[in-house]
Amino acid sequence: MSWTVVLVLSLGAFLLKVFGFVVIGDRKFPPQVEAVIALIPAALLCALIMKDTFTAGHDLQIDARAVGLVVAVLGVWRKVPIWLVIVLACIATGITRAIS
Amino acid sequence: MDAHHEHAHEGVNYDGIVGPALALGFAVFIFAISFGVLCVNAGGSVPKAMAMSLLVFTGASQFSAVSVIAAGGTAVSAVVGALLLGSRNAIYGVAVAPWLPGSLKYRVAAAQFTIDETTGMTLVQNSPARKKRAFWVTAASIYGFWNVGTLIGALVGNSFDTQKYGLDVAFPAAFVAMVAPLLSTRKAQLAGIGGAVVCLATTPFVPIGAPIVMSAVVALIALVPTQRKTHKS
Repeated sequence: MSWTVVLVLSLGAFLLKVFGFVVIGDRKFPPQVEAVIALIPAALLCALIMKDTFTAGHDLQIDARAVGLVVAVLGVWRKVPIWLVIVLACIATGITRAIS
Repeated sequence: MDAHHEHAHEGVNYDGIVGPALALGFAVFIFAISFGVLCVNAGGSVPKAMAMSLLVFTGASQFSAVSVIAAGGTAVSAVVGALLLGSRNAIYGVAVAPWLPGSLKYRVAAAQFTIDETTGMTLVQNSPARKKRAFWVTAASIYGFWNVGTLIGALVGNSFDTQKYGLDVAFPAAFVAMVAPLLSTRKAQLAGIGGAVVCLATTPFVPIGAPIVMSAVVALIALVPTQRKTHKS
């Protein structure tokens, strides 16, 4: 994690916010552009979940992290508080690692 | 997260703003502690983690960047993926700008705080005065909790063996919590499934981190016309 990453990301994130708020302002994005941008988080977050659970470098693998993911999904589904979801998922993976 | 008060009155009545803003702040606090821990463990430092939360200040993007770096991804894929995630803040800016008029300096400052939580809280209010109030109260709550949480996480983060305690799973667990409220429409669900498939299918063949960027292409399904079921907006 270099300072370059931190600062480029800071500037880029800020410019995106200013672009919508100040530059576009009371005009509008074309509805198609808005619809596409609105779907990006769902796609990216699900991709991140897959990467952080089922990959190691270039390899696909199922390991103790999968247990944590199952616990997290069940927790969110059952409307368990977020802090508890994260804690339970970590504990589940930690225990699975310890006994396997 | 969905603690909205139903009984909002006309005029200068700010009931139902501070409570929900603090509740959102607490949820964000937990994410922030996780972020601080994961950031220092991904080769960050306390100053870097704090710079991220003070300056980038959009949680999903920060998690995404750290997650890609932690996996050994390139700086470029980490930044591009995070900025794609942050692009929604531009849409939010368009949505809240009419309720926050002012000088250029004021609007540029307000833009920095235009994220999921502030936008949501602003748009559900029923009067211009309440919208403006909700934006700034939520901004103060989230900014405070997010940065204090990051600091706590970053300070204690180095003493954890993230692998041993399963803390690496805080990444996907946090992403699950973030994505769940988004999956309320058919297209969002398809985008989620598509993103997951693209990530797994490309991981063996492209540089680490690139699958995250590539998954954004799935969002183009927004352009496919919805058949039969017409949604009147």
